[in-house]
Amino acid sequence: MANDSLFGVHAAALEVRSQRMGLLASNIANASTPGYKAKDIDFQEALGAAENAGGFDAEALQGATKFRVPLEMSMDGNTVDLSTEQTAFAENAIAYQTTLSFLNGRIGQITRALKGE
Amino acid sequence: MAQPLTIFQVAGRAMSAQLVRMNTTASNLANAGGVASSEAEAYRTIKPVFQTEYDKATGLATVNVKQVVQAGEAPTKRYDPTNPMADKDGNVWENAVDETRELVDMMETARSYQNDVQVMNTAKSLVLDTLKLGQN
Repeated sequence: MANDSLFGVHAAALEVRSQRMGLLASNIANASTPGYKAKDIDFQEALGAAENAGGFDAEALQGATKFRVPLEMSMDGNTVDLSTEQTAFAENAIAYQTTLSFLNGRIGQITRALKGE
Repeated sequence: MAQPLTIFQVAGRAMSAQLVRMNTTASNLANAGGVASSEAEAYRTIKPVFQTEYDKATGLATVNVKQVVQAGEAPTKRYDPTNPMADKDGNVWENAVDETRELVDMMETARSYQNDVQVMNTAKSLVLDTLKLGQN
């Protein structure tokens, strides 16, 4: 992949983080829907699959998406634990921002090299 | 839905679903303590039925209000002949609203709504940061 050498693992990481944010948002949105089963992405597995495939791969992401094992079952069959989801969402947002700064740093580095400053 | 879902639609539609729930709670609480002349006329608790809507293309899931149904127990009959609403036997029917349950429901609704707002705010700032990638 052409962008692999430029951004390394961070391009795929950003995509996985973005997908995970959507999934966690879905869990939070369905916090009070009876029968909804919470899902999450195993980040390490998803990133490993993306690295092996040489880029972001939607199918590999499907494989890394798993149902969350609930701490306790609710009577309506919903497996969303709000505090767990909130924590995961916050952690994921910070990781996303971290990846963004890595990318920003890389872009700045390349730009400086191109300008010959 | 023809278009694929975005994280903003997921949170936005969850917010409208919670708002419907808040409206039913308000209606229920407003009618608590009221009486009617017959069982059929008496108010019964209404509740929304939530349903998950999956989007195959993106793997996201949002929530819809499928319908609003009457739920809870039946109105109770009370003998109160001096009440102007009393029927010919002197009975009135009390509206079937469990105020405690409604208040608990209201708190849960408010919390879910706040969570959705938070999700939307976080997603917004991250998207804006991504747009500014490489500009600083």
